[in-house]
Amino acid sequence: MDLDLNAPHSMGTTIIGVTYDGGVVLGADSRTSTGMYVANRASDKITQLTDNVYLCRSGSAADSQVVSDYVRHFLHQHTIQQGQPATVKVAANLIRLLAYGNKNMLQTGMIVGGWDKYEGGKIYGVPLGGTIVEQPFAIGGSGSSYLYGFFDQAWKDGMTKDEAEKLVVKAVSLAIARDGASGGVVRTVTINSEGVTRNFYAGDTLPLWHEELEPQNSLLDILSSAPIEPMRT
Amino acid sequence: MSSIGTGYDLSVTTFSPDGRVFQIEYASKAVDNSGTVIGIKCKDGIVLGVEKLVASKMMLPGSNRRIHAVHRHSGMAVAGLAADGRQIVARTKAEAINYEKTYGEAIPVKELAERVASYVHLCTLYWWMRPFGCGVILGGYDRDGPQLYMVEPSGISHRYYGAAIGKGRQAAKTEIEKLNLSEMSCREGIVEVAKIIYSVHDEAKDKAFELEMSWVCDESNRLHQKVPEELLEQAITMAKAALEEMDAD
Repeated sequence: MDLDLNAPHSMGTTIIGVTYDGGVVLGADSRTSTGMYVANRASDKITQLTDNVYLCRSGSAADSQVVSDYVRHFLHQHTIQQGQPATVKVAANLIRLLAYGNKNMLQTGMIVGGWDKYEGGKIYGVPLGGTIVEQPFAIGGSGSSYLYGFFDQAWKDGMTKDEAEKLVVKAVSLAIARDGASGGVVRTVTINSEGVTRNFYAGDTLPLWHEELEPQNSLLDILSSAPIEPMRT
Repeated sequence: MSSIGTGYDLSVTTFSPDGRVFQIEYASKAVDNSGTVIGIKCKDGIVLGVEKLVASKMMLPGSNRRIHAVHRHSGMAVAGLAADGRQIVARTKAEAINYEKTYGEAIPVKELAERVASYVHLCTLYWWMRPFGCGVILGGYDRDGPQLYMVEPSGISHRYYGAAIGKGRQAAKTEIEKLNLSEMSCREGIVEVAKIIYSVHDEAKDKAFELEMSWVCDESNRLHQKVPEELLEQAITMAKAALEEMDAD
């Protein structure tokens, strides 16, 4: 097996941002890999930028951390100067400036989501080249390839908060089932006029899809419960 | 203590013993001699008006504009040295563009006014510079509604319901105070501004003048634009009529 532990940490990821009636729901899996090795199985890929704006990160963990650190700093300055919270648009534009200006060095795709009093809940996708796209929903990371059809079918305009959050959790769990580079738990962040709610869905509470095996606490459980087919080569 | 001949008025970096900076006061004098410039904040927007004194009959009407567009949603009227004013306008435009490039949305009027004021003030801090011989009135419309600011040569800036600078500012201010700005629309505001400019103009002493007007309001789609020709003509006729009525009394 090729276990290159010197490979850069990267978030082969599933990230999602969805707008609903009154706000946004952001979602992400929690797997960070170093090549084949899972370096962290409970990472938090939804980072806070301001009180009302969060960022879903995918690609190189280092790159996206640096971008989010800078943008958090700039937004903080901007908030002090304006004497009021920055809008989601301003956050997205600062991210784009860095992503576009350093496109030769950065390997990261991001989804910005948040709520402000002027425009309400907004989702902006900032993919690899540094374009900026305002979208009703955005998906990103390696796991997103499995979700395009699903979202075209399942996303509806004017969903409620609960519908949106259910959709996000279901989508991430579907991607986790198919995508080897996504896994662990599901984290969501819901942002609206009332504030921010963070939710956590443990890996063994997620729905099982297709031929997936049930999660086991110990290998011994598997051995004792049912006769296992002998391994063949 | 007299300021004459003491040498305390030669530099912007020298205070007089009683705590004044004479160069800045002289700069204000340059503004006070200029044609009157006024701005009012109505319920749906801003109206700017300028009494542009025409130095020569040979000058093309509409040239040497004193109201400038600095951004899609804001305009600036200049009183005092027109050339100094253009320098401020250029900087204001640059600030507006720079803000939009970094933050992806139009600069708030408050922020723009603060930046202009900083720039004007900067020129009062070094011995090798001269303060601006002009004051500006900045009107704009952003997400928080229409706003009006005035920046003076000292770098001071305040937000106003109505502002006036130049020769006829005192008379203009008393006229503005009589208006019910919170219920007036810009369409009505145009006429009032025209009336005021015509009434403060001293036919006997002053040179001929041209009324220059612009607005930023709901009717102009929140864009800073020249007041439409027919509205301007209408306002001028009404202003002239009001003036004659006053003379008749």
